[in-house]
Amino acid sequence: MASAFGGPVSLTFQPIHACRKNKNTTFVASLAYVIEAAPLRVVINNREQHLKTKAGESPLLLQLRNITKRYGTYVANDSVDLALEHGQICAILGENGAGKSTLMKTIYGIQQPDEGEIVWNGEKVAVTSPSVARDLGIGMVFQHFSLFETISVVENISLTVPGSLPDLAEIIRQKADEYGLHVNPDAPVHGLSVGERQRVEIIRCLMQDPKLLILDEPTSVLPPHSVQQLFGTLRKLSERGVAMLYISHKLEEIRDLCHCAVVLRQGRVTGTANPRQATSAELARLMIGQDIPTARHAEAKPSCEPALTVSDLTYENPDPLGESLDSVSMAVRPGEIVGIAGVSGNGQSTLARILSGEIRLQGHMAGRIQVFDHPVGDAPPGTRRQMGVTFVPEERLGRATVPTMSLADNVLLTAHGAGLVRKGLIRRRQQADFADKCISAMDVRSRGRQSIASSLSGGNLQKFVLGREILLKPRILIVSQPTWGIDVGAAAMVRQKLVDLRDTGTAILMISEELEEIFEISDRIHVMYHGRLSPSVQARSVTAEDVGRMMMGEFDQKMRAA
Amino acid sequence: MTDTIIFVLAGAFATATPLLLAAIGEAVAEKAGVMNLSVEGMMAFAAAVAFAVTYQTGNIVLGFGLAVGASVALSLVFSILVLGFSANQIVSGLAVGILGLGLSSLAGRSFENLTMMAPANLSLPVLSDLPLVGPILFRQSAITYFAFAVAFLTWWFLAKTRHGRITKVVGEDPAIAHNLGFAVIRIRLFAIIFGAVMSGLGGAYASTILTPGWSDGLIAGRGWIAVALVVFGTWRPLRIAFGAYLFGALLLGDLAVQAMGFSVPPQIMTSLPYVMTIIVLAAVSRNALLIRLNAPVSLGQNFQPSK
Repeated sequence: MASAFGGPVSLTFQPIHACRKNKNTTFVASLAYVIEAAPLRVVINNREQHLKTKAGESPLLLQLRNITKRYGTYVANDSVDLALEHGQICAILGENGAGKSTLMKTIYGIQQPDEGEIVWNGEKVAVTSPSVARDLGIGMVFQHFSLFETISVVENISLTVPGSLPDLAEIIRQKADEYGLHVNPDAPVHGLSVGERQRVEIIRCLMQDPKLLILDEPTSVLPPHSVQQLFGTLRKLSERGVAMLYISHKLEEIRDLCHCAVVLRQGRVTGTANPRQATSAELARLMIGQDIPTARHAEAKPSCEPALTVSDLTYENPDPLGESLDSVSMAVRPGEIVGIAGVSGNGQSTLARILSGEIRLQGHMAGRIQVFDHPVGDAPPGTRRQMGVTFVPEERLGRATVPTMSLADNVLLTAHGAGLVRKGLIRRRQQADFADKCISAMDVRSRGRQSIASSLSGGNLQKFVLGREILLKPRILIVSQPTWGIDVGAAAMVRQKLVDLRDTGTAILMISEELEEIFEISDRIHVMYHGRLSPSVQARSVTAEDVGRMMMGEFDQKMRAA
Repeated sequence: MTDTIIFVLAGAFATATPLLLAAIGEAVAEKAGVMNLSVEGMMAFAAAVAFAVTYQTGNIVLGFGLAVGASVALSLVFSILVLGFSANQIVSGLAVGILGLGLSSLAGRSFENLTMMAPANLSLPVLSDLPLVGPILFRQSAITYFAFAVAFLTWWFLAKTRHGRITKVVGEDPAIAHNLGFAVIRIRLFAIIFGAVMSGLGGAYASTILTPGWSDGLIAGRGWIAVALVVFGTWRPLRIAFGAYLFGALLLGDLAVQAMGFSVPPQIMTSLPYVMTIIVLAAVSRNALLIRLNAPVSLGQNFQPSK
C-alpha cells in the first residue's frame, strides 16, 4: 500500500503552486469535475460496480433531506442533503466547526434535527435516541471512544448489546476471529491500548449487525500499522454491504479508502468529490476554500550547548492508571525543534507535566532536568518561567486559559512578569496592549480582548495561547499537541509560528501524536513508547515507516528482547 | 463477660442499621455521580415524621411510610436544584440538609421528650434460643436484617446486573453514557430517590426502634458518618456494611468498657469509634487500583445533555 498511514510527510500538497498564480480560473476548472451541485441536493453515484444491492431493498440506504440544526442563533447544519448506498464508504470532509460531528450525532440520534427528515431504506424515520439508531442498524465509532475504563470489554459491550456476559464473550471471540480484531473479552478496558479500544468499539458495532457505520476520525489515535489493519476490516465490511460515513482530516486516507466524499463548510454541503480521482490538494481546497500554506522550514542551525537536558529520568506515577516514565534522556538545543512522536498514552502527558513543573521531582531525580545547566526538577512552574521556559499544554481550556475569563485577563496568567503588574497592581493599559498585540500578531479571530476564552474556537484560542507565550520571548518553549483538533488553516499558521520562533534561537520541544506535523517542522525526532524514549533521529533522514515502527516500540533493545 | 460480649456484638447490628441504610443509599447516589450531602437532614426529618406518626396512630408501618415520603420529598427538592438547574451539588446538598434539620425540629416540636414502646425484635424458634449466636444473630429487628440484605442486594445489583453497570458508568462519564443513549438525568434521579428512601428508613428506624423516643437532634451526626462510611468503604456495599458494623461495635464497646469500670479518659473512648473505623477501612481498602476502579469519576459534576 502506497500510503502506509494516510499521508506521508512528503505529500504536503505540492501541486498547489500552479493554482496560486491564477487562482480563480484554476479553481473553477479543478472544481468542474468534482462539484456536482452546491448547496442543492447531492446524490452520489460514483459507487464502485462490484458492490451488490440485495434484491428487494431500496438502492439507497440512507437519505438526509434538508437537515437543519441550530444552537441558538448559530446554524450548525444548514439544509444538508445526503444520500448513501449499501456498501458505500463516503467521506465527510470539512474543517472543525463545519458541522460534521453535529450531522453524525443527528444520524445516530444523540440529538434531533430542527428541520428536515431522515429516510432509511426508503422509509421516513425519527431517530429519537441512539438505541433507536442501533435498532435500525446504525452503529457509531466515536473519536474519543465511548468505553468505560473501570469495567471489562464484555461488560462495556453488555451495556448496549443484550445477552448474558458468557454469551456475549463468545460472540466477541467469534467476531474477533472473523474480522481479525483481536481482543480479550474479559480484559479491563483501562489496560487496553488505543488500538485495542478501537477494536472493541468496532466489534460492539458489528455485534448489532449494522447496515451503516459512522466513524468519527477513527485513525487520529492509531499508529500507522493499525490504520492499515482498520482499513482492511472496513473494506471487508463494505464488500458485505455495510455502508460507512467516514469523518477524517487525513486526505490521503480518504483517497485510499472512500468511494465518495461530501464536503461541508459552515454547516452546508458545498460540494462532492470522487476521492479516487481528486488530488489531496483539490480536496483540501474544497474543504477550506483556499490553498493550504505549509510551513517554510529551512535547515536548523542549532548551537552546540543544550538549553534543556533530561538525563535518565525515571518516574513512577502514583496513579495506578497514570503513565510512568522509564529512563528518559534527551537534549534540546537553541535554534532547533525536537519532536516527540508516539501514540498518546505512552507517557507524553506525564513528561510534559514534569517538564512544566506541574509534577515536581523529589530528591536525586531533581537534578535530572536541567535548564542551561541549572537543575530545575524540583522547581515550581513559576521559577522555571523566570528562567525563560514557557509552556503550551494540550488542554487549551482549563490548563492554558481560564475558560470564563477574558483574553485580557488570561494574558496576565503567564505574562504578568512582562511589565503588566507593578507593586502587585495590574497596569490596565499594558495589559490591554499586550493582549491586543497577541491578538493581532496571531490573527486571533475574536470580538477583541474582552472576549471570554471559552467563546473562541479551538484554533483561535490555540493561536492566542501560543502568541502569549511567544511574546514572552522564551528561551525554551515546550508545546504539547499544538494543532490538536484545530482546522488546517489555523494549524498551518501555528506550525509556521513555531518555525519562526525556532529561527530566533529558541529551543522548542514539541510533543505531538500527529506524525505529519512531527515531520513537517521537527529537526530531530524522538518516539515515546511505554514510558521510554527512543534515541533521536534526524527528521530529514528518516522515513515515516521507520518512525511508525518505532512507535510500536521497535527502538528498544529491552522491548525487542521481551 | 459473656453478657458484655453479647451486648456489644448484638447491639452493634442495631446501632449499625441506620448508618448502613443511609450509607448504602448514598453509595448508590454517588455511584451515579451525585454527591447528596443532605443525608443528615433527610434522616432527621424522616425520624421526626416517623416518631410523630407512629406515636399518634400506633401504626409503625404508616410511620415508616410517611417518613420515607418526607425524605423523598426533600430529595426531590435537591433533584430539582441539581438535575434541573445544574446547581452545585455540594451547596444544594448542604442547603437541603439544613432545610431537613429545620423541618425535623418543626415536625417534632410537640413530641419533645416523649417516648414509646419499641416493637419486639424477631424471635425465631430454636435459632433465637441458641447460646451466644442466638441473641447476636437471631434476635434483631426486621429492619436490621433488611438493611444487611439491602447491602448485599446493592452489591449484587452494581456488580452483576446490566442496570447496575449502567448506574455505575453514568457516574464514571455521563457524557459518554448520554452518547450511548442512556437517560443520564433519569438514572441519576432514580439513584437520588433510592438514597432518600434508604435515608428515610434509617431515620425512621433510629427514632422508633433503636431509641424509641423523640428529642431534637436525635440523629446526631449519623448522616455524616454514613457519608464518610461511603468514602472509606470505597463505594463498595459490603465494605460499607462491614464499616457500619465495626463502628456500631466500637461505639458500644466504649459503653461496655466504661460499665466495666476501666479508667480510660472519656475523650479517647468517645473518639475511638471514629478513629478506628477510619483506620481499619483505610487499611483494608488501600489498594490504589481498586479505589480508582470503584470511585465514581464524575462525582459532584453536573451534566446537561444538549438537546
